[in-house]
Amino acid sequence: MSARLVIARAGARSLLQDTGFRGGRGIGVPGAGALDRDALYLLNRLLGNDTDAAAIEIALVPPKLRAEDGPVRLALGTGLSGQVSGDNPRPVGAWTAFTLHPGETVDLRFEAGCPVALIGIGGEIDLAYALHSRSTLPRAGLGPFGRKLEDGDAIPISAPAADPGDRTFAVPPRPESGPLRAVPGPQAEWFTEASRETFFGAEYSVGIETDRMGMRLDGPALSHSERGADIVSDGIAPGAIQVPGSGQPIVLLADAQTTGGYPKIATVIGADLSRLARLAPGDRLRFTAVTVEEAEAAARDRRAELDRIAECVVRANAGRIDPRALWQANLVGGAVDALCPDHFPHHPEPESHP
Amino acid sequence: MELIAARPLADRAVTFELATRVGPEAAARVGAAQARLAAMLEVGELPGALELSRAFCSITLHYDPLRGRQADLVARVRAALEDTAPAAHADGRLWRLPCCYEGEDLDDLAARLELSREEIAVRHAETVHEVYAIGFLPGLPFMGELPEGFSVPRRTSPRTRVPQGSVAIANGLTVIYPFESPGGWHIVGRCPVPLFDAERAVPALLAAGDRVRFDPVARNEFDRIGAALDCGDIDPASFAEAAR
Repeated sequence: MSARLVIARAGARSLLQDTGFRGGRGIGVPGAGALDRDALYLLNRLLGNDTDAAAIEIALVPPKLRAEDGPVRLALGTGLSGQVSGDNPRPVGAWTAFTLHPGETVDLRFEAGCPVALIGIGGEIDLAYALHSRSTLPRAGLGPFGRKLEDGDAIPISAPAADPGDRTFAVPPRPESGPLRAVPGPQAEWFTEASRETFFGAEYSVGIETDRMGMRLDGPALSHSERGADIVSDGIAPGAIQVPGSGQPIVLLADAQTTGGYPKIATVIGADLSRLARLAPGDRLRFTAVTVEEAEAAARDRRAELDRIAECVVRANAGRIDPRALWQANLVGGAVDALCPDHFPHHPEPESHP
Repeated sequence: MELIAARPLADRAVTFELATRVGPEAAARVGAAQARLAAMLEVGELPGALELSRAFCSITLHYDPLRGRQADLVARVRAALEDTAPAAHADGRLWRLPCCYEGEDLDDLAARLELSREEIAVRHAETVHEVYAIGFLPGLPFMGELPEGFSVPRRTSPRTRVPQGSVAIANGLTVIYPFESPGGWHIVGRCPVPLFDAERAVPALLAAGDRVRFDPVARNEFDRIGAALDCGDIDPASFAEAAR
């Protein structure tokens, strides 16, 4: 019998998401998919999955998951930790892949200030595709469940992932800082020059009204030029920053409508979208202007950086004594604390890391 | 045709502006460009391109910056459009969709347009509406044009709940709401045919370039068709006539 990942407690907004729908934009279906694509890529690499495999995106209140009928391989993204209960209770940390054995339950916790996170699922999920995806768009009933996950839902896993024990990245991704990069346009000329300068200089904060469709920004209002605040509706991509008549910008995200009728002053570059997704209401942000060519170079750099992280996977300790790690660390002369979950994962510092 | 502007959406997409005013001429340009670009995408002549989406006056091309460059895509599209002529006519399917003209805003519209409820229904139903674009909601058709004298802006206070299937007008266009949704257009009637079904291979019933005529039906006929669609006795696709 194939294993099942049972949603013991659903949490507030747990959604199956992958790299998003393909071929739906022409019929009004946005790409949807995971907000934090960098985390999705890394979790799938950590689990040995295809990099577009589906994960559970959670927000606000985390879920509790149980393995039934067989072992299920899971991995926690940034901002998450968990406590496994069952015969072998143990903690699991962020960026850790581990095996949940049949009957075991993992209760997940958000770190402070983390609004959204991903739980990777190892192996082959046995659920249907729509528009080349297993993503969820509740307002159109799209996705294997067509809605957010509810208590008692089960995700069948037909081909389990290999179980090499608890694994993590030798060098986990580091938090990024600095302004978010954005390319002016598609309608930068719909704004006064003063407003364009304001947008690329002022500090904004993330508003309360933020969901998977968009993130409202609080900060200086922007003025439209004599062209006005209405355009003939045109296409939208995630990261586009539309400014309605009120002058308060809204960053459009994965679930945004496919077209919109407000001028878009700029678009956040793909390499900074994951960082944007991790911002919580009240967080402060600034924008800096880059060109399309710089945005494309940043996309290539980001992929190379993620690949560097993904290529160096090591045993995770999760707070337990790990004789093998001790032995290896001692061999290179380091004095280590075998009870510190960090003693080994951070040890091998790749030369390539800046 | 001339490319008016190529407007970047950072390194994810680029919008090709082909017309400036919503209407049949814009639809003819956008329709021809869409067909041409879709054919190029299909045979790999747009490196890195993922998909196209069509709006009233423009087409947005989504691409993968790891597999293609925007500057290269814009150059290829510009060259291809130079020898693409606007479509002579909409070449999609013709749909005959039932509509029960008992919308919530008919009285208000009748007063505004100085027409009777019946005149609004008759003139709206005798118009062939061309689907200019699908958007806003999955499967929602934006259709034009409205008969002479039907010009109204959106309602000043949008409704928080427009019922599923509502046929509504504003800004010279008609839409059908595929789902219950907030909305600010004037509701003239209700169509029982589901416009979006996630279970279908192509979830949206209508496509840009299709044409729609509404068949006025009374409330009891509307209910009967709705029930037959619900239990699968009528296939929504059966409301399409042959392509022109």
